[in-house]
Amino acid sequence: MFSILRSMWLTFLHAFHKRDTVLYPEEKPYLPPRWKGRIVLTRDPDGGERCVACNLCAAACPVDCISLQATEDETGRRYPDFFRINFSRCIFCGFCEEACPTYAIQLIPDFEMGEYNRQNLVYEKKDLLINSQGKYPGYNYYKVAGMVIGGKDKGEAENETPPVDIKSLMP
Amino acid sequence: MATIYIDNKPYDVAAGKNLLEACLTLGLDVPYFCYHPAMGSIGACRQCAVKVYRDENDTKGKLFMSCMEQVRDGMRVSVADMEAKEFRAHVIGWLMTNHPHDCAVCDEGGSCHLQDMTVMTGHNYRQYSFEKRTYRNQYLGPFLNHEMNRCIQCYRCVRYYKDYAGGKDLDVFAAHNHLYFGRHEDGVLESEFSGNLAEVCPTGVFTDKTLKQHYTRKWDLTTAPSVCHHCSLGCNTIAGERYGTLRNITNRYNGEVNGYFLCDRGRFGYEHVNSLSRIRKPLVRSQLPEATDKYLALKAAASAVSAGRVIGIGSPRASLESNYVLKTLVGEDNFHHGVSDMEHDLVDLALRILKEGATPTPSLREVEKADAVFILGEDLTNTAPMLALAVRQAVRQKPLLEQVSEANIPVWQDAAVRELVQTERGPLFSATFTETKLDDLATKTYFASPEAIARLGYAVAHNICLDCPPVEGLKKEEKKLAGQIADALLAAKNPLIISGTHSGNERVLKAAANIADALCAREKAAGILLTVPECNSMGLAMLGGHKLESALEAVLNGYADTVIILENDLYRRAGEATVDSFFKACKQVIVLDHLHNRTTETAGILLPAGPFAESDGTLINNEGRAQRFYQVYPTAEDIQESWRWLSELGTIAAHDEISHWHGYDDILRAIVIELPAFRGIEAVTPTSEFRIAGQKIPRASHRFSGRTSMLANINVSEPKPPEDPDSPLSYTMEGYRGQPPSSMIPFFWAPGWNSVQATNKYQQEVGGHLKGGDPGVRLISPAGTGEFSTAVPQNFLPLEDHLFMLPLYHTFGSEELSMYSLPIMELAPEPYVALNAADAMRLKLEDGQPLHFTIAGQTYDLPVKTSPNIPSGTAGLPIGLPSVPFAELPAWAILNRNLKWKKQPQTTF
Repeated sequence: MFSILRSMWLTFLHAFHKRDTVLYPEEKPYLPPRWKGRIVLTRDPDGGERCVACNLCAAACPVDCISLQATEDETGRRYPDFFRINFSRCIFCGFCEEACPTYAIQLIPDFEMGEYNRQNLVYEKKDLLINSQGKYPGYNYYKVAGMVIGGKDKGEAENETPPVDIKSLMP
Repeated sequence: MATIYIDNKPYDVAAGKNLLEACLTLGLDVPYFCYHPAMGSIGACRQCAVKVYRDENDTKGKLFMSCMEQVRDGMRVSVADMEAKEFRAHVIGWLMTNHPHDCAVCDEGGSCHLQDMTVMTGHNYRQYSFEKRTYRNQYLGPFLNHEMNRCIQCYRCVRYYKDYAGGKDLDVFAAHNHLYFGRHEDGVLESEFSGNLAEVCPTGVFTDKTLKQHYTRKWDLTTAPSVCHHCSLGCNTIAGERYGTLRNITNRYNGEVNGYFLCDRGRFGYEHVNSLSRIRKPLVRSQLPEATDKYLALKAAASAVSAGRVIGIGSPRASLESNYVLKTLVGEDNFHHGVSDMEHDLVDLALRILKEGATPTPSLREVEKADAVFILGEDLTNTAPMLALAVRQAVRQKPLLEQVSEANIPVWQDAAVRELVQTERGPLFSATFTETKLDDLATKTYFASPEAIARLGYAVAHNICLDCPPVEGLKKEEKKLAGQIADALLAAKNPLIISGTHSGNERVLKAAANIADALCAREKAAGILLTVPECNSMGLAMLGGHKLESALEAVLNGYADTVIILENDLYRRAGEATVDSFFKACKQVIVLDHLHNRTTETAGILLPAGPFAESDGTLINNEGRAQRFYQVYPTAEDIQESWRWLSELGTIAAHDEISHWHGYDDILRAIVIELPAFRGIEAVTPTSEFRIAGQKIPRASHRFSGRTSMLANINVSEPKPPEDPDSPLSYTMEGYRGQPPSSMIPFFWAPGWNSVQATNKYQQEVGGHLKGGDPGVRLISPAGTGEFSTAVPQNFLPLEDHLFMLPLYHTFGSEELSMYSLPIMELAPEPYVALNAADAMRLKLEDGQPLHFTIAGQTYDLPVKTSPNIPSGTAGLPIGLPSVPFAELPAWAILNRNLKWKKQPQTTF
């Protein structure tokens, strides 16, 4: 008997607590920058596509909802020919972001992706690629990698010596 | 056997091996780079260090490179010792100091030995943060990509390319910490075996350039065990697919056949599967639109078959099953081989020699163990490339057996062995039309016409065994050479005679058989190896059938009016005029093929057959080994195996036997019941009902990605995974994860071993046979009932105003299907005619000037290429090039010196 009355009292008291629910969508909740929502592909500081189509995100994905095909431009820079995420399968675990060696794929604090038609949840590269560096400004994978791409020759990456003169016998 | 103690546990291992081999055979993970089972050890990378103790009381031990240490009985070793572990971690740390931050864009990533070993040794994070060395890359031709920054200086590439494959244009340059592995200048790698560098290199310095065009990680490929279709040797391959196109071919280890390597034609000749000239839809040419669906096409074909008098033309590049179903459908009397009559006779003869002779035919692995080799009339590098590679190893056999064992050096001590042997080689005699790439290794070469080669062969046989017929009228030096060859063959333990059908002369084959049987009569463990033209030529010969000529006659004389042509371009089999008149006489032509060619253009009904990657089937290689290849990926409904088309056709036409077949297994069973020659073929691989723990064997790796997304652009609801009714393999990643039977290994992978080096987990002992035995069943064994041939030919006599035209083969260019690959086409020679230098001078012709001639009514106008070696009075015509019309060679060519002909149009598809 007492416990029932106590429960009713506590429930009544909750009516005067500060509300946790907000009036979404008029009022947006605060989402921290590392919140794992919609997946985007970002660009490097030069505006180039960060994704190098290494397939690691696809391999890490536990629901196998990422597929892509690598291709190369004429200067040897690799990028995805197509990049598709089936968001109707995505569980927003963020493994793809962790696997990404170039900070290309990132999960951003946006979850407003509802669709009436499930087919519209299939995002192609044009839907994923944004014009920003996202959470990791300043990183440019091709400035670190040893491959030659347009505008960066051998020995011009970070911490690289000029190409070896193989005809030299100097130590 | 020796007992060694590894981390205080006793193990029985084979004596005489090195410690690394022993550890790997036991399944222990010892990291290594420079060691390769096919090439031995040199101790260059210092990665495989282990602790070796003097005795059980020794607690300190010493670090040893396990690859350089021979197994001794009672040896005490520690792999897990802390000091050894730290040493290995340091070594890889040093190797990685200059390694670029490239894995994400490196084609090796995911199948990289360096990645595996780095993880295995625990070097997870880079400690080195200073400047890295860089190199300029080289252009190495259309097959390989060069990215020298990634090199870890293990020397495997030059050891493979120079020492193993005999290449001359790849080497190590510069010194100390900036070694450079490449050519002296940019250019196409000369060796026909260069593609193996992509697998030999433990990291991404050499990678497959054709894969780069449509790059896919190893884990994303759907792979199936396949058999190479580009020559008669039947090397085992793994074919990989993604998004419906074939992506690459890699080696599938078979301890008896190809071992660790493939030739470039086999590795890069796969692009015909992705070709734009593929036939994708059934065509019925009597209606508009021509493209139709499967059942309408089958109905049209069935009514044509039941209305007409039908003959069938089989193909040496189609599977045994397809040829068999065609033979059953049209009846034994109406089944013809779609090969030139000369080829038909020669392959029949080769089969007879192998079946009735006294000499067994060796596998490629046994070829490597031969200590004296005599080649008659075959340019092996161009007709059966992997056999040439095996012969390169065979010439090392004699010094290995004599000098090296005398010096008490283990064979795997590669540097010491090569230092001791230097350029010492065992006997290799080569009798060919003109120069070949094996000439450098030969003790003696003999360039002559086919008749003269046969005469030399008969003379050698006579020198070995007096029961063989003598040869009259030999020159003194030929007599001496015959004596020398006979002596060398008799002195050897395992002499080997190699010949084949590519010389186009049956006497050459008979002479080879005589020598081999003569050696057997002298109780030598001899072997005879005969190459045949195509991947299933031997199977077709064993199946039996009539000549193409009789097919042509049957139609031209009105005995038949409807013809079914199985995967065959008749314009490559007979003269243009003949084939044209043949097609004109046919009422209905039904063609099954996968690529458009001149024959498919004439077809009234064209059915799209699956090429090797889209079919199941069995091939029989030149030694009579039946090997199964599996479909790699499911195809659209309208493309299917030829045998399936034909059995559906038979079912619709209510054929007695065929309508009872319900799939691949039934056809195989019918072959075994009907044809005793193929008994044993059912044991090649388990039936389609085979399961392990109730599960199929997956074609895709467990990391296969994108399942719920790759087709989502078409429809977000995923379709049901395709099923494979013909084999115990599944098209998905679901299934049994352990090791499958050796005949159906879709890919080599073991935990921690993602690269192709995982092969060692599938072998009984490292570099030996696969667990459960190497796949393939030998169907031919020598009966010893044959007699010595007495048909010694007359010597070749040149004719005035004529040239005896000999067939010349090219690794890149002579084979039909591989020419659809752009990189192969790029390396194929321009059409030419090879002429003796003295003859050319007499004819007042220089290199590049055109020579006009006629062979059997077909005119040719080709630029001259002079050769000092091709015999006077003969000339060489390249076989199979798209712009050189067919001629049955060897044949006499009439010189039309004063006529001018229009240049032949180049037809390339």
